[in-house]
Amino acid sequence: MTSAPTVEAGGATTEAPPLEVRGLVKRYGELVAVGGVDVTVNAGDVYGYLGPNGAGKTTSLRMMLGLIRPTEGTVRVFGSDPQETVRALKGVAGFVEAPTFYPYLTGRRNLELLAAFDGGDAASRIGEALDAVELAERAGDRVGGYSHGMRQRLGIAAALLRDPRLLLLDEPTTGLDPGGMRDMRVLIQRLAAQGITIVLSSHLLAEVEEVCNRVAIVRKGRIVYEGEIADLKRAAGMTYRLATTNHERALAVCRAQPGVSDVRERGGEISLVAEERAVAELSQALVEAGALITALAPQRATLEELFFSLTEEGAGEAPALDAEPVEAGR
Amino acid sequence: MSATSAAPSLGGVRPAARGRPNVWTVYRWELTKLRYQKRTYLGLGAAAIVPILFVLAIHFQHHRHGGDFAFSSYLDRSGLAVPLVILLFGAIWLFPLITALVAGDIVASEDHNGTLKTVLTRSLERHQIFLGKALTAATYAVAAILLDGTIAVGAGIVVSGFHSLQSLSGTIVSAPKALELVYVSLLIYLIPILTIVAIGLMLSVITRNSAAAVVGTLMISLLFQLIGILPGLGGTVPYLLSTQFNAWQGFLRTPTDWAPIVRAVWVCALYAIPAFGAAYIVFLRRDVAGG
Repeated sequence: MTSAPTVEAGGATTEAPPLEVRGLVKRYGELVAVGGVDVTVNAGDVYGYLGPNGAGKTTSLRMMLGLIRPTEGTVRVFGSDPQETVRALKGVAGFVEAPTFYPYLTGRRNLELLAAFDGGDAASRIGEALDAVELAERAGDRVGGYSHGMRQRLGIAAALLRDPRLLLLDEPTTGLDPGGMRDMRVLIQRLAAQGITIVLSSHLLAEVEEVCNRVAIVRKGRIVYEGEIADLKRAAGMTYRLATTNHERALAVCRAQPGVSDVRERGGEISLVAEERAVAELSQALVEAGALITALAPQRATLEELFFSLTEEGAGEAPALDAEPVEAGR
Repeated sequence: MSATSAAPSLGGVRPAARGRPNVWTVYRWELTKLRYQKRTYLGLGAAAIVPILFVLAIHFQHHRHGGDFAFSSYLDRSGLAVPLVILLFGAIWLFPLITALVAGDIVASEDHNGTLKTVLTRSLERHQIFLGKALTAATYAVAAILLDGTIAVGAGIVVSGFHSLQSLSGTIVSAPKALELVYVSLLIYLIPILTIVAIGLMLSVITRNSAAAVVGTLMISLLFQLIGILPGLGGTVPYLLSTQFNAWQGFLRTPTDWAPIVRAVWVCALYAIPAFGAAYIVFLRRDVAGG
């Protein structure tokens, strides 16, 4: 794998990050699809780009690949702008939405076409790319007869032809059965282990939590958190499950209690986020209010809970982090 | 796919890199793709079969009605008249439609199917992809016209023989010379046909819809013919695209009448250059969000 090109910055030579996005905006008339995104993906990252449907993930990825022009802002891929020349995408591969191929050509023929469009020695990688995604036996079949999962795998094979240093994958497990999803995750992890930087757009939180080390969480075209998953969890505080003898009163106490946040009803119980000291004070307040505690159990916050707390209507911004400042609402 | 599959190793020893892809790379693969698409054979099939059906129709109509068909006496004298008569009739909708089948589809279908975004993220610049596609559409149109003309010559010779031809000036042209004039006429016919290609490409890029681009191209062609027959618009006739489909007739006069041919060149350029330019600019600048 070749190293990223270097850029001169203030007289010092620094290595350009695989992906650097600043102030990215895409507007379609009145509709703001992407509302000012800043993202930095470092070499070796497996970067989750998380958000609910319609959050602007795919639009962002299209701009990163030079398919659509930003209304404002910049995208730099290894220091180059993919809007200026497709050569900026050297060492970059991936797909947006479902990978698409010519249905009347065979899988191998499709890869031959794409390898020809890549030039260099891409054609020499067709065999091993097909082997990597276990499509060699079906490579002679027309893509029109492929299942969705096979097309996803062919999409990965097409990306591998470019000997990528940065892979941009948009919902790569969408539409796959559980076995296919597991295999895709394993393949992504293996590619990451080979040193490929990966940006993975997804709304599947378990997938991102399993595969990625860093995430950007997008809501309505804006990033509400960017950083390490571990930092997000640590800063978000501990989640507790609470059951009392008086549910309604307990809810009111929790919502009024300083240091307690994200109070939710969950199947007759209450979930809340709080620091240890705040929990002790909450216990006392509950007893004083006549809501006797029958259960108060700490639970490790999942990425899913954090995701919903950041992306649902009325959600606040990301919790403050010591290690990395929250980049919200840009 | 199993977890144990080996991804291609990176940074390993690779064969020597080959050259960068270019317009000709796109052109070769676009031609390959045409070979696998039904519409290719639909258009070429029509170009091939129409002359045969035409000759058969003329042959039987002639015997049934005693040669009352407008061109039957001309056609009886030499099979070399057949391709020229088909050029006359084909300008109405046949050749514009055959041309539009590929020119109108070549960008729009890729946009609709999402394959455009696949190829645009490889190592080819947008202008290279566009020019490769434009060349392919033009090649297809040229192939269709030449195929049609060649089959018309063959079918005409089978029915009416390889004989001298009476020119539009009334002079007799020897069979070999007439054959040469037929192919020169076909080449002149390509001037408005390539203009149709440019219009088809423009609609293909702008509408992003294959059916709309194909039908739209045909409609534009028919619109020119409609304008040509509307009362009060006679002054526009020499400058209509439809008129340029008759420029080849200048070669069938003695001496050659160059005026319609020269006019066809610049009139067609007036239509083709803006259409091609619009298609080119829009293709280069547009957002690719379909598929």
